[in-house]
Amino acid sequence: MSPSRTIWLVVTLVAALWMAAAGYAIFFIAPDESTMHAIQRIFYIHVGSAWTAGIAYFVVAVAGALYLAKRDPRYDWAALSAGEAGFAFTTVVLVTGPIWAKPIWGIWWTWDPRLTWTFVLWLMYAAYLLLGTLVDDKQRRATLRSVYGIFAFVNVPLVWETIRWWRGQHPSPVIGGNDPKSGLDPTMRAVLFFTWGATAALFAVLTRSRYRLEAIRGEAEELRQQIEDSTLSAPRPVGARPGD
Amino acid sequence: MSSRPQSAADSLSSSSSTSFTSSTSSTPFVTSVLTILSKEIRTELRTRELLVTTAAFALTVVFMFSFSFDPTSAESRRYGPGLLWIAFLFAGTLMLEPAFLREQANDTLSALRLSPIPPTAILLGKTLSNFLFLAITEALLIPVFAVFYNVSVLPVLPGIALVCLLGTIGIVVPGTIFSAVTAHARMRELLLPLLLLPILTPILIAATEATAAFLSDPPEWPAMALKLLAGADIIFLTAACLLFDSLLEE
Repeated sequence: MSPSRTIWLVVTLVAALWMAAAGYAIFFIAPDESTMHAIQRIFYIHVGSAWTAGIAYFVVAVAGALYLAKRDPRYDWAALSAGEAGFAFTTVVLVTGPIWAKPIWGIWWTWDPRLTWTFVLWLMYAAYLLLGTLVDDKQRRATLRSVYGIFAFVNVPLVWETIRWWRGQHPSPVIGGNDPKSGLDPTMRAVLFFTWGATAALFAVLTRSRYRLEAIRGEAEELRQQIEDSTLSAPRPVGARPGD
Repeated sequence: MSSRPQSAADSLSSSSSTSFTSSTSSTPFVTSVLTILSKEIRTELRTRELLVTTAAFALTVVFMFSFSFDPTSAESRRYGPGLLWIAFLFAGTLMLEPAFLREQANDTLSALRLSPIPPTAILLGKTLSNFLFLAITEALLIPVFAVFYNVSVLPVLPGIALVCLLGTIGIVVPGTIFSAVTAHARMRELLLPLLLLPILTPILIAATEATAAFLSDPPEWPAMALKLLAGADIIFLTAACLLFDSLLEE
């Protein structure tokens, strides 16, 4: 077994244990919230996933920019892998949110800024994942993906500003928020950061295994191209283009 | 080649495409952009298909919306701005794809790339022509909207024009970029709106709110909405300028 595989096996194991420990911490260590009780415990997964999704989209944009600068397909694979994991975490956010909202707000969904914003984000990255499946040429696909990843990421704060100005029900941030009265119990805060760490580790493992898949796919595509080039050495008729 | 300094010749010999870039210094950037723009306008004047089709489509959308609510004056002021901007957004999105696909029929895009014009100038010219076509569509549609939905647009025309200017820039800048890169995708007619519409959320919200403020009775000055629109334009333009160069590479 190659050393990098051993390292990743260890990382995967750590991530799995960390997730299990986070589950324990959420249910047995975090104190009971005085008004919301048990349902409040979904908050740790919800917020942890949201932060991790943020990291993922940052990785998508940076890897996309690196691809455009260096034209190395590995950056595109990394961007795609992070994008797919980020999309999964955004989906977790969008699923856990309504589960919490139904008993607390009395409704599953409301067009509050944060909810609307997350949904727009989810749509943007759904489109991001879709576009890769619809472009056959791998360089064009990578360029399109990188450009879209960067554009979507710079758009995120803009969408946020616009929607926040336009509408206003989601609980304000308890960490880094402006309300001095708002705050988290130290144990809750510790559990939140611990859960965030677990989701981040899970993100790393998911991204890495997705990257490996993409790398293998890229290699297979390369080899298939080589075979095609060697067997189709006869020149095409003048004026004919692939796909004609 | 011999007249060039040796070091420059060395750096240019590394790839054939850089030698094209070197000859662009003889064509001023603005001239290149205007050449592309005038080419687009000339093509459109000869075929007239893009503008006519887009305007007819937008008109149909505005007409169909009349069934979704009671088009009295008060209701129109409430829903009108939103439907107007959704019509513009759809029209813009659907117009952008053929605007780029025109270049594919005879592979004229390759010819454009071979010409001594930098990719940024090509895309900027395309963006300008798309802006012009969408702006003309909007100018045709707003009077029709005013008549159909009994909204008095004339007194606040400068304000509406300002919103249209900012909103249209916001639509065509990302639109041109994505139409350039989706030109080779399967399902591109569906893919482009799918990519573009979520990105354009800020434009839709801000333009709708600004239009609503101008159309309210009495009209208000939508400072925040205009700021957001201008901010979106600046962000999109900056991202576009940084990305344009890498878009037309093969």
